[in-house]
Amino acid sequence: MSVITQGTRQHQPGKNPSLPPPINTENPLYWVRKNLFNSIPDTSLTLISLYMIWLIVPGFVDWAFLDADFFTDDRFGCTSDGACWGLITSRWDQFIFGYFPREERWRVVLCFFLLALAMSPVLYDKIPYRRPLLVHTICFPVIAFWLLIGGFLGLEAVETSRFGGLMLTLVLGITGITLSLPIGILLALGRRSEMAGVRVICVFFIEFIRGVPLITLLFMASVMLPLFLPPGVTFDTLLRVVIMVTLFASAYMAEVIRGGLQAIPTGQSEAAQALGLSNWQSLRLIVLPQALKISIPGIVNTFIGLYKDTTLVVIIGLLDLLGVGTANLADAKWLGLSSEVYVFVAVIFFIACFSMSRYSIFLENKLNTGHKS
Amino acid sequence: MTNGSTDSLAIQMTDVHKWFGSFHVLKAINLSVQDGERIVICGPSGSGKSTLIRCINALEEHQQGSITVVGTELTNDVQNIDAVRREVGMVFQQFNLFPHLTVLENCMLAPMWVRHMPKKDAEEVAMRLLERVKIPEQALKYPGQLSGGQQQRVAIARSLCMNPKVMLFDEPTSALDPEMIKEVLDAMIELAQGGMTMLCVTHEMGFAKTVADRVIFMDEGEIIEENEPEEFFNNPQNDRTKMFLSQILDH
Repeated sequence: MSVITQGTRQHQPGKNPSLPPPINTENPLYWVRKNLFNSIPDTSLTLISLYMIWLIVPGFVDWAFLDADFFTDDRFGCTSDGACWGLITSRWDQFIFGYFPREERWRVVLCFFLLALAMSPVLYDKIPYRRPLLVHTICFPVIAFWLLIGGFLGLEAVETSRFGGLMLTLVLGITGITLSLPIGILLALGRRSEMAGVRVICVFFIEFIRGVPLITLLFMASVMLPLFLPPGVTFDTLLRVVIMVTLFASAYMAEVIRGGLQAIPTGQSEAAQALGLSNWQSLRLIVLPQALKISIPGIVNTFIGLYKDTTLVVIIGLLDLLGVGTANLADAKWLGLSSEVYVFVAVIFFIACFSMSRYSIFLENKLNTGHKS
Repeated sequence: MTNGSTDSLAIQMTDVHKWFGSFHVLKAINLSVQDGERIVICGPSGSGKSTLIRCINALEEHQQGSITVVGTELTNDVQNIDAVRREVGMVFQQFNLFPHLTVLENCMLAPMWVRHMPKKDAEEVAMRLLERVKIPEQALKYPGQLSGGQQQRVAIARSLCMNPKVMLFDEPTSALDPEMIKEVLDAMIELAQGGMTMLCVTHEMGFAKTVADRVIFMDEGEIIEENEPEEFFNNPQNDRTKMFLSQILDH
């Protein structure tokens, strides 16, 4: 039998052994060299970045923590050079509950807790007791309505005008997020429908909503809508705002999902039809799951946009997390502490948005089935 | 809806016409297929072969003439179309497996949702057919993790799970690497020997010679010639057929 010589090794044909790679790619030093100091531009960018971090981070840490006053009753109590967190520590309940009646706040706390419980089976499908939890998720909107607004079953009614702070932000954000996805899917399907009437309505709706700034829509909801309604008929400002925020996000969602639908090859629905699945089954079991999976980055992008857009409600007089902060800045006791308020609000928003972003990456990895076509 | 007992015809196409826009793709197609008959359809690209078999399960709508499949006539009635699709399996050139489902789930989907088979039974049927195409060990993988040949065999098993009376193959080996063609053809030959009614668009002339009862040659939307494989290959009548055969057989 012939023998092949490769370098100093000899082997028989087809028996060439697999050798370890010449450089240990697992080595952290290798990673540093490859990713941070690979070339001259690479190295200079790394050094510039390090310099900027050195410039900003220590100063910020000094201001926010080391030189800061945490507990004071007004701005005159802040004697050091750093941040004056007294506004936040003394008014934290307003930041969370808004102007919700003090003796009823346990309802909001309970609602937060139940919300976490309701979200868990949707976010993690391997959670224990998933089925009973899902039943809770389905009932949660009613429970939340009862807890937050009340007025029946032994709970006192609370006016929605007393909602505020983080709680208002969450009510708007989460209702908007949960409703905009299904509405967006329906609009996307409608826009691709073969029925001309449905298609025209969907196109008109999407293009109208996308063509107008959210602020305009909110103004319309709060100022113009009452003009069209018969005198004496009012409906809740919060409800109007929720509807507008949801519709606004739905229009963007529809386009994101339409992109996903267009990326699915026609062969998929043909195969489903050839197997005897109805159009509806083919859509629900084959096309939509794949289209939604492709659209995850865009969907989460829209979610994050919606969540941050909730701060715009301040212009029609609702005080969300940011609104509560700015309202307190007008208080003579705390004049001039805008940096503290904005940093605090930014951190809270960042936590929510960054979590959504990380979750979307987790979901993409989980749904990855090795298919690229 | 089926009256198959008195009628041994699996498929009956009478004077079928179809246009794509103003392009006349199928011209006066007349074709009868007996139960258990194996038919190979060949012809140059653009000759309407694929369109012909896609009309049989209504993936394409014919515009004139009539098509009756296992006793049900294809009309605009969605119920008739669904009834036909339940009895007709199809294998595509591009496999068209569902990438978000495992191989097993791909096979179980239609029996469960269309035939309302209990999950356990559907799983049993699926495993039996995956064994028949010799890839039971891949059941829990996703299509994206399989080779082309394996994917196409899964596609065959997926169609068979619906226990169809007719199988349509639309160039099942054209997207495969040469070394994988044989494993797919073997699965098809096995199926043919089991008595399945098959219509197969393919350029695999070896397959045609081995299993076909009849070979049909199409060009420009017409059936130019049809004959038993022996006669068809050794003694083609039409000039167009002769030219086509000389092009694909002489290498």
